[in-house]
Amino acid sequence: MHKFRVQKRTEVSMTRKILNPIVFVLFALVFCGIFLAVLKFNPLEVYGKMLEEIFSVRGVQKSVVAGLPLMFTGLAVAFGYRMNLNNIGADGQYAMGSILCIWFALYGPDMPAVPKLIIMFVLAAAGGAFISLLAAIPRAFWNVSETILTMMLNYIVLLFLNFLMYGPWKEEGQMVAQTARTDERYWLPDIGNTGINSIVIIAVIMAVAIYFFHKKTSKGYQMEVIRRGPAAAKYAGMNVKANIIFVLGISGAIAGLAGFAQVGGIIHRVQADLPNGAGYTGIVIAYLAGLNPLVVLIVGFLFGALQISAVAVQITGVPSQIATMIQGSIMLFVIAGEFFKRYKITRQNSQPSLPEKATEDPKKEIPVQEGGAE
Amino acid sequence: MGELILEMKNITKTFGSVTANKDVSLQLYAGEIHALLGENGAGKSTLMNVLTGIYKPDGGEIYYKGKKVSIRSPKQAVNMGIGMVHQHFRLIPTLSVAENVYLYSEDRKFMLNQKKMEDMIRECSERFNLSVDASAKVWQLSVGEQQRVEIIKLLYRGAEILILDEPSAVLTPQEAEQMFKTLRKMADAGKAVIVISHKMNEVMNNANRITVLKDGMVEDTMLAKDATVERLTKAVVGDRQLEEIKPKEGKVSDECVLQMEAVTAMDDKGIPALKDFSVTVHKGEIFGIAGVAGNGQRELGEVIAGLRPAVSGKLILEGVDVTKASIRTRISKGISFIPEDRLHTGLVPGLNLKENVILKEFKGNKYCRRGLLNFSAIEKAAERFVSKYEIKNGGLDLPVSLMSGGNQQKLLIAREVDGRPALIIAAYPVRGLDIGAAETIREILLEESKNGTAVILISEELEEIFKMCDRVGVLCNGELMGVRGIHETDLNEIGKLMSGERNEVKAHA
Repeated sequence: MHKFRVQKRTEVSMTRKILNPIVFVLFALVFCGIFLAVLKFNPLEVYGKMLEEIFSVRGVQKSVVAGLPLMFTGLAVAFGYRMNLNNIGADGQYAMGSILCIWFALYGPDMPAVPKLIIMFVLAAAGGAFISLLAAIPRAFWNVSETILTMMLNYIVLLFLNFLMYGPWKEEGQMVAQTARTDERYWLPDIGNTGINSIVIIAVIMAVAIYFFHKKTSKGYQMEVIRRGPAAAKYAGMNVKANIIFVLGISGAIAGLAGFAQVGGIIHRVQADLPNGAGYTGIVIAYLAGLNPLVVLIVGFLFGALQISAVAVQITGVPSQIATMIQGSIMLFVIAGEFFKRYKITRQNSQPSLPEKATEDPKKEIPVQEGGAE
Repeated sequence: MGELILEMKNITKTFGSVTANKDVSLQLYAGEIHALLGENGAGKSTLMNVLTGIYKPDGGEIYYKGKKVSIRSPKQAVNMGIGMVHQHFRLIPTLSVAENVYLYSEDRKFMLNQKKMEDMIRECSERFNLSVDASAKVWQLSVGEQQRVEIIKLLYRGAEILILDEPSAVLTPQEAEQMFKTLRKMADAGKAVIVISHKMNEVMNNANRITVLKDGMVEDTMLAKDATVERLTKAVVGDRQLEEIKPKEGKVSDECVLQMEAVTAMDDKGIPALKDFSVTVHKGEIFGIAGVAGNGQRELGEVIAGLRPAVSGKLILEGVDVTKASIRTRISKGISFIPEDRLHTGLVPGLNLKENVILKEFKGNKYCRRGLLNFSAIEKAAERFVSKYEIKNGGLDLPVSLMSGGNQQKLLIAREVDGRPALIIAAYPVRGLDIGAAETIREILLEESKNGTAVILISEELEEIFKMCDRVGVLCNGELMGVRGIHETDLNEIGKLMSGERNEVKAHA
C-alpha cells in the first residue's frame, strides 16, 4: 500500500524559489492549452503571441504601466502584513488617493509644476491614509477586525468615486465616465526616451525606503516584535495601539499613491472603477513576494506583463474571456504552487502492521464501557 | 510485574544534524510504573513522541503486545491503547468534564447522553480513585482535577499504556502523593505507566523501574529499589562538576526598594487573583514567593512589572509611587522582570539573539540613534552577554527558538540584569531547565542581590527557596498566608501555609 506524506521543507533553496513559480506557470499554460485546443485555437500560436508581446519594448513599457498601481498596492498590503494587519482596502485607499489628487489637479489653484505635483502627491497619500485610518482607529482601540473594516470601506469609496465620475466631475460632452485630463504641465516626465514614466522611480524609492525601514529603524523593529511576539511587545512596553495606527496609516498612504501614479504619470485623469481590483491583486502580490518590498516591485511588474499579454492574445481572435481565464489560471497555479515550495510530498511503502486487536475493535477492551455505552 | 507489553528497540530519531534519540531501547511491562529520568534535551519527550506517533523514528522497531507495529499518528496510538497526558492539558475549559471525555472518545454518536456519560465517568473515577465531578465545567476545576480528567479520558479510550509528562510539576506535594497512589492503582489493574520526571526522590519512591536518558541515549536502567541519589545523579548529569550553591547569608540592608500596600489585581477572567497583598522588599534581599502555581503568582509578577493594573492598593518603588506608571516608566526606573513564559513573553522566539537583546531598549540611547538602530552597539552588547554568561548559540543571527531552554533563559536574564536594576522579579526562573543551567541562573541572581538588587523569586521548589532566599512569603488563593524569615521556618510550616492553613501567628509583612 502506498502512502503519501506531506513534510515541511527545512530549507528552501534559491533555485527552488525561482524555479517553482516558473514550473507552475507552465502547468497553467498546459491547463489553458486544453481549453484553447477544444476551442480550435492553436495553443502554441496563442502563447507565442503572448511572449512576443511581453518581450517587446512596447510590451515592457505597457507592463510597467499596468504594473505600477499594482506595485503600490502590493507595497501597501505587504507593509500592513508586516505587523499582521490585513489591509484588504487598498482598492478604496487607491480610489480616495486618486479623488483628492485629481481634485487638486483639476480644481486647485494654478501654480508651477513642482509644488503642484508635490501637493498632489501629499494629497493622494493623505486620501489613502484617511480611509485606512477609519479602519485603524477602531482596530487599535476596540479591536474591531481591520480585515472587515478595510474591505467594507472599499464599497463606500468606490461608490463615491463612481458618483463623482458619472456626476459632478464627468468630462463635459463625453460618453465615458471619467474626468477631464489634467493640464500637460502637471504630467510627470518619462525617463529619458525609454517611454517609461518617472513615477517608476518613486515606486523604487518607496520600496527601498520600506526595505530600509524594516531593517534599520527602531519602528521597523517594533513592527517585527509585535508581529512575531505580541506578548513580548506588551512586556517590553511597546505601544501597540500607536503602532497599529501608524502602520495602517502608512499602508493606506502607499495605496493612495497608486492614485497619484495614475493622475501624475499614467492616464492623467480618473475614471469610474479606476482601481479595477488592484487592491486585491496587491494582496496576491504581497503574498507571492514574501512581504519583501523589493520583490513586490518585480512581482508587480510580472503581473502587469500578465495583464497586457492577456489583452494581446485577443488579437489572435481568442475571446477576451479566455484571455482572462489564462490570466486567472496562471495566478491560481502559482499561488497553489507555493505549497510545494514549502512542503514536499514523500512516498511511503511500508505496510502498516497493527496488532490485530487494535485494528479490529479497540473499543472491546475498554473496561469502563462494560456498563453499556452501546 | 506482568507480561512484556511494549518493547522499543534501537529507536533513533534525528532532527537535521541533531540526534535526539540514538539506539534507545525500552521495555515496558504491564503492571509497572516506569520512570523516564533525564535533563532537558536528553530525549525523553522525543522518545515518547515517537511512541505516541507524533514523530516517525528514523530507525528502530516498536513491538506492542508481541507484534511489530509502526505508529503513524497519535490517533492510531490511542486506538492501539497508548495514551499520553501532556504537560499542558488538552481540555476545553468551557465544556464539562463529561463533554471533554466524550469529545475524546472514539464512539461519538450524534448526540451526547450526558447522564450516561457521567455515570460512566463516575464508575471509572471510583475504580481508580480519580475523584472528579463529571458535570463540572473544566475551568472550575483545580489543576490536579484537570489532570485527573486527562487520565480519565485515556482510561475511557481503553489505554493500556499511560504516559504522563512531568505530572507532579503542577501539583502540591500532597496532591502529587495522591496522584501517584492513583497511578499505582492503575498499574495494579494491569496497565503500564510511564512517568517522565525531573525529580529523583519522586521517581525513587514511586516507580518500579527507572530508565535514565542522557544525550539521547539510555545511560542506565535500574529497579527503583536499587536506585540511589548518587547513582541517579551520575547517570543524569554525568561527570560534569556541579558547584553547590551556598545558602545565602543574611546581610540585608534596611533600605526599602519595593513596597506593596494592599494591592489587589484581577486575573484574565476579571476575578480577583491577588488580594490585599502587602509586602516590603529591601535592598540586597531575595524575597521568595512560595505556593502552588496558579495561586496569584502570575498576577503578582505582572502587577509589579506593570503588565496588569492594580485595581486597588499602592506600589511604591524606592519612595516613588508607581501604581499607575506605564511599563516603560517602570523599566526605566529599574524594574526587571523574568516572566514565567520566557520564550513567548520574555523573548521573541522567531527573532535572533541580537534582536532579543534590544527587546526592552527598542528606543532610547542605548541601542538607538535618532530612530535608527545602532548595530555596532547591539552587536557589542550581544557579544558581551554571550561571553559573560556563556550563552551557547549557533550564531548571533539565528532565531533564539533554536537555542536550548537553558541558554534562552541565560540570554533573558543577561538582558534583565544588565544595567543593574533596582528590582528583579524572577518567576520560576529555572523551571524546566537542566541542573547545570539552573545552577548558573541561581548564581546570577545571588550575585545580583549581593550587588544590592532586590529580588523577588517566585518558585515552586521549596528547596530552591530555602537555599536562596532571605525571607519567604506564601501565596494561597491570591492571599499572602504569611511571611517568614528563612531561618525561622521549615518545610513543614511552609507546606501547611501553601495548602491554605493559616497559623495563629499573623503575617508580619
